[in-house]
Amino acid sequence: MLNVDSVERGLVIDHIQAGKSMDIYRILELDKLDCSVAIIKNARSKKSGKKDIIKIEDKIDIDLDVLGFIDPNITVNIIDGGKIIQKKKLTLPDTVTNVAFCKNPRCITAVEQELPHVFKLVDRSKVTYRCIYCEQEYDSKK
Amino acid sequence: MRHLIEPMDLSSQETDELLDLAGAIMEDPAKYAHKCDGKKLATLFFEPSTRTRLSFEAAMLELGGSVLGFSSASSSSAAKGESVSDTVRTVSCYADIIAMRHPKEGAAKVASLKSGVPIINAGDGGHQHPTQTLTDLLTIRSLKGTLDNLTIGLCGDLMFGRTVHSLIRALLRRTNIRFVLISPNELRVPDYIREELKTNRFEFAEVDRLEKVIGELDILYMTRVQRERFFNEEDYVRLRDSYILDKAKMDLAKPDMIVLHPLPRVNEIAVEVDDDPRACYFKQVLYGKFVREALILNLLGVESC
Repeated sequence: MLNVDSVERGLVIDHIQAGKSMDIYRILELDKLDCSVAIIKNARSKKSGKKDIIKIEDKIDIDLDVLGFIDPNITVNIIDGGKIIQKKKLTLPDTVTNVAFCKNPRCITAVEQELPHVFKLVDRSKVTYRCIYCEQEYDSKK
Repeated sequence: MRHLIEPMDLSSQETDELLDLAGAIMEDPAKYAHKCDGKKLATLFFEPSTRTRLSFEAAMLELGGSVLGFSSASSSSAAKGESVSDTVRTVSCYADIIAMRHPKEGAAKVASLKSGVPIINAGDGGHQHPTQTLTDLLTIRSLKGTLDNLTIGLCGDLMFGRTVHSLIRALLRRTNIRFVLISPNELRVPDYIREELKTNRFEFAEVDRLEKVIGELDILYMTRVQRERFFNEEDYVRLRDSYILDKAKMDLAKPDMIVLHPLPRVNEIAVEVDDDPRACYFKQVLYGKFVREALILNLLGVESC
């Protein structure tokens, strides 16, 4: 298996659905960081066969709501002295702003570019988010 | 501050109270003739309308208030690229309440987030049209005496027909309503409406022939296939004549069925049906004015329901 140095002090975002790490890298704007960031794609996973992992060599504040929206099964480990000192549990946020974008061409957001794209959780059990303006359902596959 | 963006902004009890107030206005219009003296209603219509705009304006005038506004996007600063938010913030400085129609879905919601005065959604694209729903509810309650235990057929464009979506949602709060959804395959109700019907465990059927089911209905709600909702003219031409209600079909209906239509119609109800006592779409227009009066009074806090 590919060997990437373990993190001494920072964050490990683990159990990312395989192939989603670059989306998270983009949404969390990790490109703006000065520290080392490692993206591991298709790592072996006992649970799901394969997974992605992101390692960040710095203790930064990340938006856990955004991660919860992308996939509540992701785990965030806080590392200090080379050890996990905290595991953050993710939950589904009630709303997310400018993380997902409404694809409905009839939505007001299609013509008014400055409007924030806001999705609201309308069904927790089915994990359904809808645009707060036109009520179009968010479909992560589109 | 209260707004009315979609029918669910009003609780079931509030809706009933609003219909009661509309009923009281119908009984004694003079009692309410000066309730809005000195108040101004702005009608911001970014999309053409005859009935809804004039109904709002007539309602405000009958309450003693005055009206201002525009009737097309081309005669407003929207033509210069002004956003809905900026237009509404500006008009909030001039008026006490705003009724707004816009071709894009969710425009009224955007307005409500920025407005300093109550916003009434007078239609936002194919999405919601809550005052038409209140009109429909008042019409049904006045003519059928109840909003429960009814079989309602909704016919025509059920995909883009915002009046249909709003009415279904409002009726999901009632008991023992059976929905018969009559449309061509291409114009069936959107998934989220079908989901709501299932989640709320209401009986519904989706069919494509009006004459097969018309005999079961207590109410037939006709809609127009709307050219402005289509990106493709070919699809519009192919689907526009899907359902035409004529005398022959009316002969198959119950003697006490009522026919409603949010209007305008094109050809989906033959003119020969207008003289049938079961054709109630012009009565519906009148009910619309009274229910808008009640809504204006309520949102302005002039008269609690």
